[in-house]
Amino acid sequence: MNIVVCVKYVPDAQSDRTFNESDNTTDRVGVDGLLSELDEYAVEEALKLVEAGEGEVTVVTVGPDQAADALKKALQMGADKAVHVKDDAIHGSDAVATSLVLAEAIKKIGSPDLVITGMASTDGTMSVVPAMLAERLGLPQVTFASELSIDGSTVTIRRDGDAASETIVATLPALVSVTDQINEPRFPSFKGIMAAKKKPVEEWALADLGVDASQVGLEAAWSKVESFTKRPPREQGQIVTDDGDGGTKLAEFLYAQKFV
Amino acid sequence: MVATRLLPSEEAHDLIDLTREICDKELRPRVDAAEAAAAVDPQFPRDVYKILGRAGLLSLPYAEEWGGGGQPYEVYLQVVEEIASAWMSVAVGVSVHSLTAYPVATVGTDAQKQALLTGMLSGDQLGAYCLSEPLAGSDIGSMTTRATPDGSAGDGWTIKGRKAWISHAGHADYYTSFVRTSDDGGRGLSCFVVPGVAAGLTFGAPERKMGLHCDTVREVIYDTVPVDGDRLVGTEGQGMAIALAALDSGRLGIAAAATGLAQSALDLAASYAKDRMQFGRPIADNQGLAFMVADMEAAVTGARAAYLHAARLKDAGRAFSKEAAVAKLLCTDAAMRVTTDAIQVLGGAGYTQDFPAERMFREAKVTQIFEGTNQIQRLVISRHVLKG
Repeated sequence: MNIVVCVKYVPDAQSDRTFNESDNTTDRVGVDGLLSELDEYAVEEALKLVEAGEGEVTVVTVGPDQAADALKKALQMGADKAVHVKDDAIHGSDAVATSLVLAEAIKKIGSPDLVITGMASTDGTMSVVPAMLAERLGLPQVTFASELSIDGSTVTIRRDGDAASETIVATLPALVSVTDQINEPRFPSFKGIMAAKKKPVEEWALADLGVDASQVGLEAAWSKVESFTKRPPREQGQIVTDDGDGGTKLAEFLYAQKFV
Repeated sequence: MVATRLLPSEEAHDLIDLTREICDKELRPRVDAAEAAAAVDPQFPRDVYKILGRAGLLSLPYAEEWGGGGQPYEVYLQVVEEIASAWMSVAVGVSVHSLTAYPVATVGTDAQKQALLTGMLSGDQLGAYCLSEPLAGSDIGSMTTRATPDGSAGDGWTIKGRKAWISHAGHADYYTSFVRTSDDGGRGLSCFVVPGVAAGLTFGAPERKMGLHCDTVREVIYDTVPVDGDRLVGTEGQGMAIALAALDSGRLGIAAAATGLAQSALDLAASYAKDRMQFGRPIADNQGLAFMVADMEAAVTGARAAYLHAARLKDAGRAFSKEAAVAKLLCTDAAMRVTTDAIQVLGGAGYTQDFPAERMFREAKVTQIFEGTNQIQRLVISRHVLKG
């Protein structure tokens, strides 16, 4: 089974995340970045499926030069090869354009039996790219999988909702997005680090995919960030002096805030 | 603060990144509770070594041909330092385990490397290093644990005696053991790799130590333990030379671990000093305290430079015994001072178990003692400087 996993390079949530002052897009260059943690689950699931059978795992990303780090991490975990779509024109793309570029890249990679994505990115957290991508590829979309199994030509997932868990079956080829409940992503190993250095990483531009620059980027985006304001610093809380009625005052405060 | 590192290759950078990720996700969340629990009821975090082993961090300084990572000491030691900054007991365990493979890797035959070393470097196994005895600490030439030929056709041996202060005792898969094979003082020692499942191998009660509680230390008792002849590593009588050479490398492991411990104490103190308000400003704004932090930083940076210098000499195939002793002395004394000062910076909070400063302080103390006391290091250094 050949699997394509879509991964994203995101700003490290442990560091300060900012926007570019010039065009209000996420700053991806001046900050520490990494493979989106939610995508590690997608990579792990693909590796498990291939290890249990046969085939290969290709990871694909759309992003600036630094995004190569996300691919490297996936290769170190065990993916077989990687595709990096980068083009200055892509800067500022929205989910619609991103799904277009990913779809064309996946078509060029071949016809995978399965496309796996994370449930969302840890920066944009929109969760819409998997659905858009499935639509563009004409694949069944089975999203938010917390369990996944393959039987012949069908894929079965469990999707946990607030009220019920659904079991959903689709025919292959299909697109599946996975949650952080589906597995425990492995750490790379040092042998994996050494092996990754020899694995193929292809770099494609928009022209290689037949995508016109006017279809992507900030100008083509359906929505734009008009302005942003830094979160205000946390204000000091209300200090209650206990004159023997501290308990009452505390209860009054909680009641006023509708906590009790 | 993340330590600034000059590393010789891209894979070394990736290796440090991997180590930091494992430390952040698997070690740091567990260390406080695990050390506190082990202080009361001995327990050994074998599962942590499984994680490190799977990631390839238990075999870094050995040849790839036998399953090692093929990394220079310069890189391996910085991995140990990173682990120590998260969990000192585990870093000491990694250093000890790495040492247990040293005799087979350096003087073993190819057959022994195939039979023993590949397992030692697989990441699945953990070793123990059995040198000290109750009456033979710094004076290893006075050891009395003895191997005698069993008279069998297979050139087997029988070992009787006891070893003291053995890390991983009772948990190890094999015991790299230095024992007496003749009465010829220091020339009468030989090295054996004893399987953990050997008959007659038993263990004393875990030592009740001041710190490093997750580094389980017990006596290893050899009650007529049979060992096959092909588990004699090197030649009969070569044991002392092997042990001393191994100790030079082992000292670097402890030096690196002590540096990581000092770094984490410094990080704790610096972060506390910036947060703790007194007289309406952070205590870090007081120059008297800020200068303490500066001295701590200077001590850590100096310690790192000292062990890396010795490591680079070793990697270049040059003599490094003196430099290893200097590094062990400087790094462990730095760890003691920096952890002591960290408690001072944290004030009353530093003296409580609510903060890890007092744990780090207790952990630092033993680094001045094991792998050769710092008095022995001075002996080694002075002999090098004053010889001839």
